[in-house]
This record gives sequence, C-alpha cells and structure tokens, in this order.
Amino acid sequence: MSILIDENTKVIVQGITGKQGRFHTEQMLDYGTKIVAGSTPGKGGSSVSGIPVYNTVSKAAEMTGADTSVIFVPPSAAADAVLEAADAGMRLIVCITEGIPVLDMIRVKKYLEGKDSVLIGPNCPGIITPGACKIGIMPGYICKKGRIGIISRSGTLTYEAIHQLSQRNIGQSTAVGIGGDPVHGLGFVHALELFEKDPETLGIVMIGEIGGDEEERAADYIKNHIRKPVAAFISGRTAPAGKRMGHAGAIISGGKGTAEGKAHALSESGAAVAKLPDEIGGTLEKAVRGAGIYERCLWGEKDS
Amino acid sequence: MKIHEYQAKELLAQYGVPVPEGVLLSEKDTIPDEIRFPCVIKAQIHSGGRGKAGGVRLVNSADELKKAAGELFGTCLVTRQTGPKGRTVHKLLLTPAERIKKEYYLGLLPDFENGGLLILASACGGMEIEQIAEEQPDLIFKQPVSLQIGLRDYHVRVLTEKLGMSSSLFCQMRTILKGMFRLFLEKDCSMAEINPLSETEDGRIHITDAKITFDDNGCAGHPELMSLMDPFEEDEKELKAREAGLNYISLSGTIGCMVNGAGLAMATMDMLEGYGGRPANFLDVGGSATEGRIKKAFEILLSDERVRVILVNIFGGIIRCDIAARGILGAAEDLGVKIPVIVRLEGTYAEEGRRLLRESGLSVIPAENMSAAAKKAVEYGGESD
Repeated sequence: MSILIDENTKVIVQGITGKQGRFHTEQMLDYGTKIVAGSTPGKGGSSVSGIPVYNTVSKAAEMTGADTSVIFVPPSAAADAVLEAADAGMRLIVCITEGIPVLDMIRVKKYLEGKDSVLIGPNCPGIITPGACKIGIMPGYICKKGRIGIISRSGTLTYEAIHQLSQRNIGQSTAVGIGGDPVHGLGFVHALELFEKDPETLGIVMIGEIGGDEEERAADYIKNHIRKPVAAFISGRTAPAGKRMGHAGAIISGGKGTAEGKAHALSESGAAVAKLPDEIGGTLEKAVRGAGIYERCLWGEKDS
Repeated sequence: MKIHEYQAKELLAQYGVPVPEGVLLSEKDTIPDEIRFPCVIKAQIHSGGRGKAGGVRLVNSADELKKAAGELFGTCLVTRQTGPKGRTVHKLLLTPAERIKKEYYLGLLPDFENGGLLILASACGGMEIEQIAEEQPDLIFKQPVSLQIGLRDYHVRVLTEKLGMSSSLFCQMRTILKGMFRLFLEKDCSMAEINPLSETEDGRIHITDAKITFDDNGCAGHPELMSLMDPFEEDEKELKAREAGLNYISLSGTIGCMVNGAGLAMATMDMLEGYGGRPANFLDVGGSATEGRIKKAFEILLSDERVRVILVNIFGGIIRCDIAARGILGAAEDLGVKIPVIVRLEGTYAEEGRRLLRESGLSVIPAENMSAAAKKAVEYGGESD
C-alpha cells in the first residue's frame, strides 16, 4: 500500500515530445513506472521511447485505460493541460511545470472543485512510491521502500529528507512534492489525511516554508486528526520579509507566513519540529522511537 | 514586477479609469509653462511612505516648483519600505492639488481562498493596508468576486454603502472598479491599489495615488509590460541573475551561497545563521542547472565585493554532481577565484563529483555534509574583522 499511486498506476505523459518530457519519460520508464502513452497536439501517431503518442489526453486514455497523467508542457499551455486531463477523466494529474500565472491557477483550481481529479503541483517534483512507481523528476535511486510518508513544498528539500531517512535505513511509503506556487492542488491537509488512512505508512515527514497559511492549517489538522508521529521542518527562518524566495508562494507579507509562526503552530500540534535542515532525519527517527515503532520503520523489516 | 505611480495611472486611464492629469518630469526636462498652481510634486520611486520621507510636496508657484524639483532629483529617499539604502529619485510626477474631504483605501488582490478576486476597501485611506489591518482590522471591508460572474453592480453598491459613501458616487466608483477589474485580469496583476482614493469637497472621486504589481509568472504572456520596468529600481545583480535564468536575491551578509532548489537555498541560509554566519545572497540555480549556468552564478557571486567565502550546496537529482563539479572547477579556473569555495555535493554521481574537486588542485574545499559545509563557511567567512 501507499498513497495515490502504486505499481499498477498507468500514466500518460502530457508534452512527451518536448525535451523535458522525453528525458523524464525515459527516467520514469527506467524506474519501472508504467508509462503507457503520451500526448502532444499534432504529434499523434508518433512515438517516444517506444511509447505511443496521441493528439489528445482523452484519446490516449481511451486507447490505454490510463487514469493518471503527468504534465511537462510550457507555462503558457499548462493550465489548459490540467483542464484537458481533468475533462479526460484523469483521477490523478501531476503538474511539474514551473511559472504558471497565478490567475490561470485560480481558474483551474475553481474548475477542479467537486471533480474527482486530484491535482499535484504545479511547480513540483512529483510523487514517488519507492520500488513501485515514480511520476515526476525526483532521483529515484535515493529512495528506500518503507513506512514513512513525506510531504513537501520544496523539491530539493524532499530529496534531502528522503536521503537523510535512507541513510538511517528508514524507508519511505510515498513521497509527494506539493509544489512551491501559492495556488496548487493537493495540500498538506489532504496529504496528511491520506497518510493517516494508509496502513503502510507509520510516520510522516512534513516540510513547509514561509508564505501562506497552509502549515498553520496542517498543524490544526495534525492536532485533531493525526495519530501517527509527525516530524516537520520549515525553511526560510532567515528570509527577509517582502521578498519572493525563488518559489512564487514563498513570501512573508504583512508579517504573515513567517517560519517562526509555522514552526510554533506545528510544535503546538504535537509534531516534532527540526530546527535545522540536516536534523530532519534525526527528528523523525526520534519521533518513531518515541512511539515505539522504530524497528518497524527500518528498510526490509516486515510488519510484526 | 513593480511599476511607478505614473505608469499605474497611465494603465488605469487606458482602462477607462478617470485619473487626474499629470505631467512627468525627468532630470533633464525643463519645467513646462502651462502648469497650474497649486500642484503636488511626487517623487517616483517604488515605495510607499513617500510623503513621510519628504518625497511629496505641495508647491504654489513656478519658483517653488523649481526649488523642490532641484532638491528632489538625485536625492535618496529612505522610507519604511526601501531599507536604509533608500531609492534615488529620477522622475517626478506633477498633479493638480485638490480640496479633499475624505480619503479611502481601495485594493484588488487574487483571492486564493475563494478562487477569484478580492476587493479590499476601507474608510481609513492614506494608510498602508498592512497598517490598517494591524491597527483597525474591523475597518477593512472584504468583497470576494467570483470570476464566473465577474464584477457586478451590486458589488459596487455594497462597497459604497460599507464605506459610508454618498450614493451619488456610485457611478464613478463603478467605472473605477470595472476598469481596475478588467486591467487586473487582462494584465495578470498580483496587486492593484488606489490609496488614497479621495472624495473632493465638490463631490468628485480623485485618484490620488495608484500602485500596481504584476505577477512575474504572467509577464511572459505580456511582453508589452517589460518596457514599464525601471532598471534604476532593480538591484544590478538581481537583474543580471534574472537574465541568466537564476533566482537571486541580494542580502546583507558575507557568505555567497549557490544552491539548487528554492527550499534548499532557504534552508542553507537558515543553516548559516544557525552557526552564526550571514548569507550575502539567496541563489537558486534551478533543478536543471547546466555547467554554463553554474559559471554565470559564480560570476555574480564573485562580482559582489562583500563576499568573503562561497558556499555551494548541491543535491543532485536530475543535475549530476560531476557536471556541477565541472561547472565549479571551470568557473574557478576561468575567473581566478581568490576566496575560499566550500562545496557540498550529494545525490547523483556525488562520489565522482567529489573526486573531481579533490583532484583538481584548485582551492576548493569539499564538505561531507550540509552542517559541515555551513560550519566551514562561517569559519572562513566570519565577520570578525
């Protein structure tokens, strides 16, 4: 078990004929992901790495039975790509594209309300269930199959967290990067809920950053609904106010969205908060030891 | 992207918003004869709080105007928003002075919560919205507007009522809001503000000040907006970095940072300060950094005379550490790096990357992990002298 994806997930790559799309299709295939089709308008009938390309997502879905898509199209076409995927009945849409205008995403998010599609991203590294399926751009080889779920707004910090856990021989159930944009699909609260329900996941690492109030809302949710141990880290403690720190969503404005405020809310919720980024693995280990489940979290251990 | 008040007013005018006539003056311009007095002379810098800093003045004659302009041009205005360095005045906007009865705040923002736009309004005009929010939050009126139905007359009616405006101002307010709304959506704004929006003694609405910020992600779709950028207002290094596709923000410390990924770049800064050092910058070379981009990043760091040590923190995912190492070594060789460079490489081909650095013979100091790298950087780049 895992969340959102597993070894049976069939994936369509939107924008498969572009440079990024081509490269990451190969990487995902190497990892064992079941990429079954690609889509690029006007390139239907061709193929990439042996994967058939269709003009539309709906045709690709009809021909292959895929219910998941990953998007590698330029920012100006990305909102369209998400909407097309949703209308083609994709259950899960992973949007890697960085630089989508905020107003485009506001319209997309509104449209997805009440629909069955779950959107991950945009501006994210994607999602991986180690040993089963990778949808996105993360380096798969750093992962170990296991019991810890990871949710993060940052790509490279996700890798950092995975690496720190793997070095401690603590495996991961699923790792999700929810993206660095202010308007995105899957949020911390929804991901926490999925990890709490997933019997395979025993503990959770959550990585937030300055800007917005999602971490505060997650803290509230952790306090009331999460029984599994949570380790958290918030980056941007030293970021100056009013400056956008690389991610469109990472900005402290009007004194709101500070790292201190978020770390405090998470501590209050019962999560173990790492002060520095290289303490993420250690903080999680301590939390699962405290819960008496450390041995069960180790790579290769079977459930007792 | 930020623009000046005069540019915001010009844009609003294009969308049918009745902005007051203005005359823009640059340093070399001679003052035109047809100016009516009294008038208000306003320094054009990207900052609020210009009035308090002496950048907005009422002048009653051509002589007073000449004197004020002479004082303002080239002067450095320090406001609450500019930081201690302040901003140099290169342009002045002259607008007619009005007899004002009351000042309001009117703002438009994307509404992340409800999925549309949000009108913010307050009868406390002239103050910054953050200040109103802090001191008198009850006096801020919020009106979400769904993008499905757009701005409707009733929105305007509710708003004027909440602000305690006379209903005779409804038509003027509707024209202003409709224009702002259309501008916001068509040009991908991230903020549009009229503050103060004034009511004159003879019952007219006067757009006293206007501020517009564009969504950086939206700018690609509006190339015409690029001409509105004022290079004088931008940090030279930030501008250079943006052109190279790098995310760079100038900070006040002595440790130059080069990191891949925004989250890791922020975390690296946190790490440095955790060990008592201060970063000179935030720099994210991006997930797909190439040798060329790494070299460009190095150039920018080295051009910063405050930088005493460079800390490179790369977690190679898609970007391979051996390629990153080659980029670093190439830059070190070509640019003749005289300051210590601490490098932490982890992830894809990290072993190979570290070997290349070790065997290069260049003064690159490898660090086995993030904390070791940060400690070393603080050690070499400490601010004791």
